[in-house]
Amino acid sequence: MVQREHSAEMAQDFAGVDRALLLADLARILPAAALLSADEDLKPYECDGLSAYRQVPLAVALPDSEAQVVAVIKACRAAGAPIVARGAGTGLSAGALPHPQGVVLSLAKLKKILHVDPVARVAVVQPGVRNLAISEAAAPLGLYYAPDPSSQIACSIGGNVAENSGGVHCLKYGLTLHNVLRVRAVTVAGDIVEFGNQALDAPGYDLLALSIGSEGMLAVVTEVTVKLVPKPEQAQVIMASFDDVMKAGEAVAAVIAAGIIPAGLEMMDKPATAAVEPYVKAGYDLNAEAILLCESDGTAEEVAEEISRMKAVLETSGATEIRVSQSEAERLRFWAGRKAAFPAAGRISPDYYCMDGTIPRKRLGEMLTAIYAMEKKYRLRCINVFHAGDGNLHPLILYDANVAGELERTEAFGAEILKLSVDLGGTITGEHGVGYEKINSMCDQFGSDELRAFHAVKRAFDPEGLLNPEKGVPTLHRCAEFGRMHVHGGQIKFPELERL
Amino acid sequence: MEEDQINLFRTRILERKPLRIRGGSSKDFYGGPLAGDILDTRAHAGIVSYEPTELVITARCGTPLAELESALAARRQFLACEPPRFGGATVGGAVAAGLSGPRRAAVGSLRDFVLGVRIMDGEGRVLKFGGEVMKNVAGFDVSRLMTGALGTLGLVLDVSLKVLPLPAGDASLRFEMPQDKALAALNRWAGQPLPLVASCWQDGVLTIRLSGAQAAVAAACASLGGEALAAADEFWNGLREQSAAFFAGDAPLWRLSLPSVAPPLESPGDPLIEWGGAQRWLRGDADAAQLRQAAVAAGGHATLFRGGDKTGGVFAPLQPALMEVHRRLKHSFDPYGVFNPGRLYPEF
Repeated sequence: MVQREHSAEMAQDFAGVDRALLLADLARILPAAALLSADEDLKPYECDGLSAYRQVPLAVALPDSEAQVVAVIKACRAAGAPIVARGAGTGLSAGALPHPQGVVLSLAKLKKILHVDPVARVAVVQPGVRNLAISEAAAPLGLYYAPDPSSQIACSIGGNVAENSGGVHCLKYGLTLHNVLRVRAVTVAGDIVEFGNQALDAPGYDLLALSIGSEGMLAVVTEVTVKLVPKPEQAQVIMASFDDVMKAGEAVAAVIAAGIIPAGLEMMDKPATAAVEPYVKAGYDLNAEAILLCESDGTAEEVAEEISRMKAVLETSGATEIRVSQSEAERLRFWAGRKAAFPAAGRISPDYYCMDGTIPRKRLGEMLTAIYAMEKKYRLRCINVFHAGDGNLHPLILYDANVAGELERTEAFGAEILKLSVDLGGTITGEHGVGYEKINSMCDQFGSDELRAFHAVKRAFDPEGLLNPEKGVPTLHRCAEFGRMHVHGGQIKFPELERL
Repeated sequence: MEEDQINLFRTRILERKPLRIRGGSSKDFYGGPLAGDILDTRAHAGIVSYEPTELVITARCGTPLAELESALAARRQFLACEPPRFGGATVGGAVAAGLSGPRRAAVGSLRDFVLGVRIMDGEGRVLKFGGEVMKNVAGFDVSRLMTGALGTLGLVLDVSLKVLPLPAGDASLRFEMPQDKALAALNRWAGQPLPLVASCWQDGVLTIRLSGAQAAVAAACASLGGEALAAADEFWNGLREQSAAFFAGDAPLWRLSLPSVAPPLESPGDPLIEWGGAQRWLRGDADAAQLRQAAVAAGGHATLFRGGDKTGGVFAPLQPALMEVHRRLKHSFDPYGVFNPGRLYPEF
């Protein structure tokens, strides 16, 4: 069928997709068990890790080979139907939210670790392999895969590539982008392409960088070559208390100014420690307004040297209490509280909403102060955990979806945090992606020229706009509508568009 | 004044005639044949902001790389990816070429350090992508797409780069060993928690650089042995700037980017090997087709880096589906084919 070209202006209309015909085509490609179309089977796929947004898809395809992925994509394209790739479904931005006229293309069955090379220090894996499974496979070789998003037990490497996932060790070890050498993918035309290779660079434009973090909008990943790095001999963490969040923020800057790149540098505010302590008994100082966790890893000599330098900086920065982990068990206990922040939020509140802005480090204190004011304004509680080392914030807004108006107030609260992140010189998303969730906030961060450029990039890979439509990059029409609600400082951001 | 300069760029671009973007002319030798009228970027210069505690510096394209690096050195920080200066390179030129120096295998490439760019596209629009923070996944990663695009997608106006503190400890060691043994040793060491940041094998001698916490460097020196190298900065700089004797003369210079574990390739002369085995330089009139084929077979690619016969193309050919994506990207950022035509591929 003839498709209209993907446009920056208006969302595509997929009402013409012939469901029966598409299902018949898919049934010729996939065994019955790998094609879901009954309502009760579709239900588990209606949302990803962000359950506030739900939509039942037209069908779910579960290919178990690259050839089947190609065939499914070709069938969807022939039908003009949207394709929403899905990994483990742990994403936090509704990036894998189904499209009502589209097929969810689950890569969950492609879960083989194809090859681990101890000498070249790489692993070749299928997209459905769990992040942690790679490190587990590499552990006997003294190697691991560095990016460690908090969902690493469950999230898949294909999803990590789609989101450019981070974790608590990014400042020193980088994001997914810095740890992937090669991505093999299927284009919407059904071509198998490779971005990057087994070497450290590839000829032509850096399509590897472009594909990482592209939220399933440019191609569907079928294989990934990741870098493995030597496991540090040792790690030790300092837990420092502060009686003031501004001081804690300044201490973060002071550590960096001293020429130290900590393996991890995390901050939790008082409400956050109060939420996790009864749950995990990490031994946090509950009187502190904020605590920092500052980790060093490397050789025994390196760690000893770095810990003593970090300790001195934190003391000078006004830490009221400092504890250094004395054993691996204690180190893990200090971390357990930080890692349990999300479940702890779920324990003290019926629902919570996790934000993901990034700001320059030096503005952490300012942001926290603003969030405390927003708590009053929106009459909602918020607990704050930060990847302080790289300025990435995860405020968790606590709410109850069953109380009328709370979800709406939560969304407004979240949008204000994101807007402030942009105003402070940062970004609306550090590692969770835009997905469907933050699509309106993209209009705060980018003007119409940049958005047009993003749509053009998409069109270069996916001329008809079938891969994960209405995610990641808003149409200009959507921003005009959104702008009508949020006029910034008296300036209209999309003056060239007619207001409806 | 800055706005005037931007308007001058725009006026030239809107003439829709081929332009050859030029900063310090330090890399005129690199890429396809030069074409178009010169668009000199050097008037758009200067450091816009530098925040040592944020580990970020933002500079205009015409800023000499040397000037940016001395500003960093004054605060004991540096560009860990060590882009070559080749004389008077500018920041914009470094980003356009996307080249990295001796530490690349350990610390990442220039592209890994690019956090954001402001560009002018082929229709004279100023576009801003990325930013000044380490973690940013809003929108496609256009900043890194610009890195290494040889200016074919737009005029890079400003760049924000991640910087790192200068390591406290630094030592360089030498070992006499043949090529195969050196490659094996480098791959073995890279799998161990050693502060190994750079390497070079040439003429039976392996040189490595250890850099990091003082205690870690001292411990590694003790465990690895070898002979300490005097004048180490000069040695590594000779590689970064290609001022070492290996790079002298007019013989064609080939760059092979290979998996670090690739066995020694058959070649007319001995290679110079960097990046733990992942970057190998060859001199002389190699058979281009054969060399390219060998590089692909080994899992990498070959570039005619300097000199030689460019009629067969400089960079490794792309698979047709990827070339089509390249053409479409080029067309969307530069619909009138203004920027550096033929510099990356003859097709655009």
